[in-house]
Amino acid sequence: MKTIQFREAICEAMSEEMRMDESIYLIGEEVAEYNGAYKASKGMLDEFGEKRVIDAPIAELGFGGIAVGSTMTGNRPIVEYMTFNFALVGIDQIINNAAKIRQMSGGQFPCPIVFRGPTASAGQLGATHSQAFENWFANTPGLKVVVPSNPYDAKGLLKAAIRDNDPVIFMESEQMYGDKGEVPEGEYIIPLGVADIKRKGTDVTVVSFGKIIKEAYKAAEILEKEGISIEIIDLRTVRPMDTKAIIESVKKTNRLVILEEAWPFGSVATEIAYRVQEQAFDYLDAPIQRINTADTPAAYSPVLMEEWLPNAQDVIEAVKATLYVK
Amino acid sequence: MKEITKETYINWYKDMLFWRKFEDKLAAVYIQQKVRGFLHLYNGQEAILAGCLHVMELGGKDKMITAYRNHVQPIGMGVDPKRVMAELYGKSTGTSHGMGGSMHIFSKEHGFYGGHGIVGGQIPLGAGMAFGDKYHNTGGVTICCFGDGAARQGSLHETFNMAMLWKLPVVFIVENNGYAMGTSVERTANHQDIWKLGLGYEMPCGPVDAMNPIKVAEAMDEAMERARRGDGPTFLEMKTYRYRGHSMSDAQHYRTKEEVEEYKKIDPITQVLDIIKEEKYLTDEEIKQIDKDVKNKVAECEKFAEESPYPDKQQLYDMVYEQENYPFVKHK
Ligand SMILES: Cc1ncc(C[n+]2csc(CCOP(=O)(O)OP(=O)(O)O)c2C)c(N)n1
Ligand SMILES: [Mg+2]
Repeated sequence: MKTIQFREAICEAMSEEMRMDESIYLIGEEVAEYNGAYKASKGMLDEFGEKRVIDAPIAELGFGGIAVGSTMTGNRPIVEYMTFNFALVGIDQIINNAAKIRQMSGGQFPCPIVFRGPTASAGQLGATHSQAFENWFANTPGLKVVVPSNPYDAKGLLKAAIRDNDPVIFMESEQMYGDKGEVPEGEYIIPLGVADIKRKGTDVTVVSFGKIIKEAYKAAEILEKEGISIEIIDLRTVRPMDTKAIIESVKKTNRLVILEEAWPFGSVATEIAYRVQEQAFDYLDAPIQRINTADTPAAYSPVLMEEWLPNAQDVIEAVKATLYVK
Repeated sequence: MKEITKETYINWYKDMLFWRKFEDKLAAVYIQQKVRGFLHLYNGQEAILAGCLHVMELGGKDKMITAYRNHVQPIGMGVDPKRVMAELYGKSTGTSHGMGGSMHIFSKEHGFYGGHGIVGGQIPLGAGMAFGDKYHNTGGVTICCFGDGAARQGSLHETFNMAMLWKLPVVFIVENNGYAMGTSVERTANHQDIWKLGLGYEMPCGPVDAMNPIKVAEAMDEAMERARRGDGPTFLEMKTYRYRGHSMSDAQHYRTKEEVEEYKKIDPITQVLDIIKEEKYLTDEEIKQIDKDVKNKVAECEKFAEESPYPDKQQLYDMVYEQENYPFVKHK
């Protein structure tokens, strides 16, 4: 094993796959000469040249669409959005073309493309720069949605996403790029659609994904001292969702808390709650709790951001609510 | 055009110096982590604002909209700089009560319409403001500013077409400071002269030496008059330069120190000061006094921001909808 940063995991996954497959290229703002706005493509221009590591102008609709179009004539692009907030400028190409072209053409045009970049909040960046659209994309048939939470998962999942023959939305975080973790020296792949139990436990199941899962880890440490054992499931892939992993855990703990950094209305948490009540209704000993960001745009001021974002204390309270303890 | 007089030069000097020092102060308090998020500073580009203000009818009639490099424009248009500083501190006394932060200063009263963070997103908004003014026959003109990077967004092309088709009273300004983050202008397009994008729409257009407020004022005067006459939009490429990094976390490997120094030789504040000295509009003593006053005024802003209270948590829910008692979904 070796220890690398999250950004290096992303870079290794892209570079390894690009060495093996000539049809893959990386395109996005500042990905080449600047080495990536968050240095996730460091050294890639030097290695692969400007034919395959391409600086795009600020034109998300245009370069996203060009990338989708190039899948129709044999490419397997990786599109980096500086953040997914900016992908909204080009979301038409993702939803109306990437997600549909295969089915509309009767299977003639598979769309092997990865759209990747940071999602969700990253400090006090205000309303337009703090959004999480996992549920928007996951709502769209034809797309797959992956949200890793550590370097090991990021590398293995990104390699799987690049090899996948369907369009994959791959969501990272500005606040995770510096995170360090162990990865194997050699090659490995983590299949899409498989959740991971990040912490085993017996009393309450906590399902989460992406960087906010760290609040569950913090809560678990504190709760353990109080004699409460939580099981933390990292979805890793939001669509397709590993429902089985959630149901099995809930059948064991009989209690469920969902932690998601996104607005509550029609969220991924909502979908999970629906599936669990459908498939494990008789196993539940308490109503399902969910923790989301506030049902408002993010606000700049630190005191408002604190109110808006989920934290470990919120997890502790939700866990206790499912146990009917104070 | 309103004559450029001794007073104009003196005011330009006072204003531009204050804007420069205000931004420098923000950089300093950012390093102390009192201001967070992104911070995009205007140093070097001041002549654009100075020139525009000379030909605008302030008080709400003429309007301005821009991107996230937006702290000093509202100040120039009459907003109390203390409130701008407080916004960056996230305090309740800020222009948006701490809701917006660095990238989102607004003051309807003063004709400043933001403060926008999605590159190119304000271009159609600017034309829309002009649409409203034309619709209501207010006689107001909108100045719609954006960067060289934003000129590559589709929003520009769609908007230019309609603004020209409907002869909207808007002046589009591209503040070409050479770079969009780390990407130089020549690396984003097959052509160098951004102003020529207007030609395809037969929109009056041209380049402006935007290190010089006189040149800016002259070009803007013609454009504003055209809009007021009902003859529609103009597109001006303001050739300028930003001295600081894109925002605070920019190592600036994409340019040389020498390049920055070259531009500082034609610094807008220095250019104006040179005229003031040549024409003996002010004595050395008076200039020193201005410098001192500016410093004090900046210090007052900092003090005000420091001492202001944070907003109440409830405020998060108070400004999303006009509707009262909106039923927000419980989130925890
Ligand atoms: C749609 C969108 N894409 C990307 C970004 C990230 N971004 C913020 S500023 C910027 C560069 C813009 O450069 P320019 O338009 O030249 O303005 P300047 O910063 O030079 O004033 C980029 C890429 C964004 N905010 N919005
Ligand atoms: Mg620029």
